[in-house]
Amino acid sequence: MTAPPVLPDKVSEPRRRILSAGARGSLLSVVRMVAALAVPIVGFLLLWLTFNFLRDSDANRLLVALVAIVVGVGGVWLLYWGMDLLVSTVLPARIRESIRPAVFVGPALVILAVYLIYPAINTTILAFKDAKGENWASQGGLGNFIDIFTNSDTLVAIRNSLLWVVIVPTASVIIGLAFATLTDKLGRRTEATAKSMIFLPMAISLVGASIVWGFVYSFRSAGFGEQIGLLNGIWTGMGNKPVAWLLQEPWNNLYLMVILIWLQTGFAMVILSAAIKSVPEDLLEAARIDGASEWKVFTRVVLPSIASTVVVVVTTITIVVWKVFDIVFVMTGGRFNTSVVAQRMVKEFFTFRNDGVGAALAVILFIAVIPMMVVNVRKFRQQEETR
Amino acid sequence: MTAATAPAPTRSGSRRRHRLSWLTSHWLVKLVVLLIVILWLVPTVGLLITSFRPTDDINATGWWTAIPHMFDKATWTISNYDAVLSRQGFGNAFLNSLAVTIPSTVIPITIAAFAAYAFAWMEFKGRHILFVVVVGLLVVPLQMALIPILRLYTSGAEVFGVTIFPDLDLNGTYLAVWLAHTGFGLPLAVYLLRNYIGSLPSSIIESARIDGADHFKIFTRLIIPLSVPVLASFAIFQFLWVWNDLLVALIFLGGEPQNRVLTQALMELNASRGNEWQLLTAGAFISMTLPLAVFFSLQRYFVRGLTAGSVKG
Repeated sequence: MTAPPVLPDKVSEPRRRILSAGARGSLLSVVRMVAALAVPIVGFLLLWLTFNFLRDSDANRLLVALVAIVVGVGGVWLLYWGMDLLVSTVLPARIRESIRPAVFVGPALVILAVYLIYPAINTTILAFKDAKGENWASQGGLGNFIDIFTNSDTLVAIRNSLLWVVIVPTASVIIGLAFATLTDKLGRRTEATAKSMIFLPMAISLVGASIVWGFVYSFRSAGFGEQIGLLNGIWTGMGNKPVAWLLQEPWNNLYLMVILIWLQTGFAMVILSAAIKSVPEDLLEAARIDGASEWKVFTRVVLPSIASTVVVVVTTITIVVWKVFDIVFVMTGGRFNTSVVAQRMVKEFFTFRNDGVGAALAVILFIAVIPMMVVNVRKFRQQEETR
Repeated sequence: MTAATAPAPTRSGSRRRHRLSWLTSHWLVKLVVLLIVILWLVPTVGLLITSFRPTDDINATGWWTAIPHMFDKATWTISNYDAVLSRQGFGNAFLNSLAVTIPSTVIPITIAAFAAYAFAWMEFKGRHILFVVVVGLLVVPLQMALIPILRLYTSGAEVFGVTIFPDLDLNGTYLAVWLAHTGFGLPLAVYLLRNYIGSLPSSIIESARIDGADHFKIFTRLIIPLSVPVLASFAIFQFLWVWNDLLVALIFLGGEPQNRVLTQALMELNASRGNEWQLLTAGAFISMTLPLAVFFSLQRYFVRGLTAGSVKG
């Protein structure tokens, strides 16, 4: 990323002349000053009033939603416009242009400070404090971490998360890669249609996907009517007894992972497909002329040239997997030994009201994600530079 | 990331070389692809079919048994949707989802675009370091922020007895969720937009400045229209992310039934009536309608947005 040249200031000069242009000019500037002060104040009051209205009203939901959308979308633009006007009129011309960047960057920095920097520090501190976050945790502050690594429930969550992190990215990449390779050999139209069908689940929420698969796995004890779940329908159709899939430890973990594999394969496929298509054609041609079989071409030529993309896809899906909470939360609530770290964290925090352990789990998650994210951001930057 | 580029012409030449084996393997490839596609679609198709079947049928037979009778009028009904939308509050939840999602998409994009413009085209002290810090924040997972932000919302913050963040009683409001999504979406948005806006030709911006336009005018009249592709990609990504989110809504929007968004409503329906598939399938499909519409109508931007945004915390 090379920095673009920064422009010299060409705006302030003419305006400075206008301001010093006599009484008419100064009257105008006073009016503008008042207006500039009034806009943010009125805007803020308006936002505050509608905000209270939204909170307290039992008004028609459609109206509330509409007002909320207008206020939310309009409010943020009004804010910038008001601030910019304020800077342009109230401040002396000399310092105007050195303050203006603060108007543009300031809100972003404030929000990042409040919503990411402060919480990251605070969570790290809380991880070493007790359940209420008042005193230091036992064992010289390490109590929460010792709890996590000795309590059998949290150990199960960590074990499961590790299983998820190994299995889901691997399966998604293998299926996605296979599918991308196969469709590459088809006609353009067929390829595009087939790919969009695999990619489609990416649009669905994890909760929605959980319902979709909950139905596939649904179970009725034998003698309580026909099986309406697809899997048990097939299973009993083959002459077996119906199975409560989500109660089968430890396989139930695998059945939950299937949901995320179903969602993430499309992502892996799209990225890998683009990488496969960028492998130079003459390279493949040369290998084929030398008599290499299609399998050899794939393993010796294609695979090595897309290796770095595979790494990015794996790290990206791994990050998603570490943070996945919805599937387990909706499907089993972590019962039957299916909990994972991200879901356990919410449970500690919400159900057990143990902020200390919850924060400690968040910190573990953070540490697990950092190396993946570093790889990804680096890779992304390389890509941007070579573009 | 345009996935479907035409294969180079030389490829068909190499295919002709082994024509016979290629023909058979071609059919095999087609078969395998078809099988995977079917495998991938069947769960969703089952859900869709079930959502249109009468309750008694759903509980009596598997959804696949409805396919042979698909032209029989008695096979289908829309009463499940009626029940879910009115009695289970999915109509309200849909509106709430819109009220949460649209501002949660526009606000971060606006804030990020202003910041990205400043990082790219304004000169101020420490802009490089600040930009690196912003990008570095990509590593902070959402989970790190939940507990402190909730505490901030419910009781404010004090440092050495001085209130630095008043108790605004924000929790359970749209604003609480908008700002949370804005915070969690900003690092990626600033990063993507800065890369794009920074790569715009400086000559356009310079000539606008010579014409006397100030930064605000250049930004609104010039930069925003020129950045539409990247804005659209990020908007779609953020829109889907917020629309499909459960965790942030669950924690910051709270449990009040009138405030619930679709994912919450679906989760609660699953918890309380986990066996009533006529409601669950219809509810699940309602929650998917908008994302699927976006998927089919804006697929190109959708793919670009999702692939660019997949590193989000």
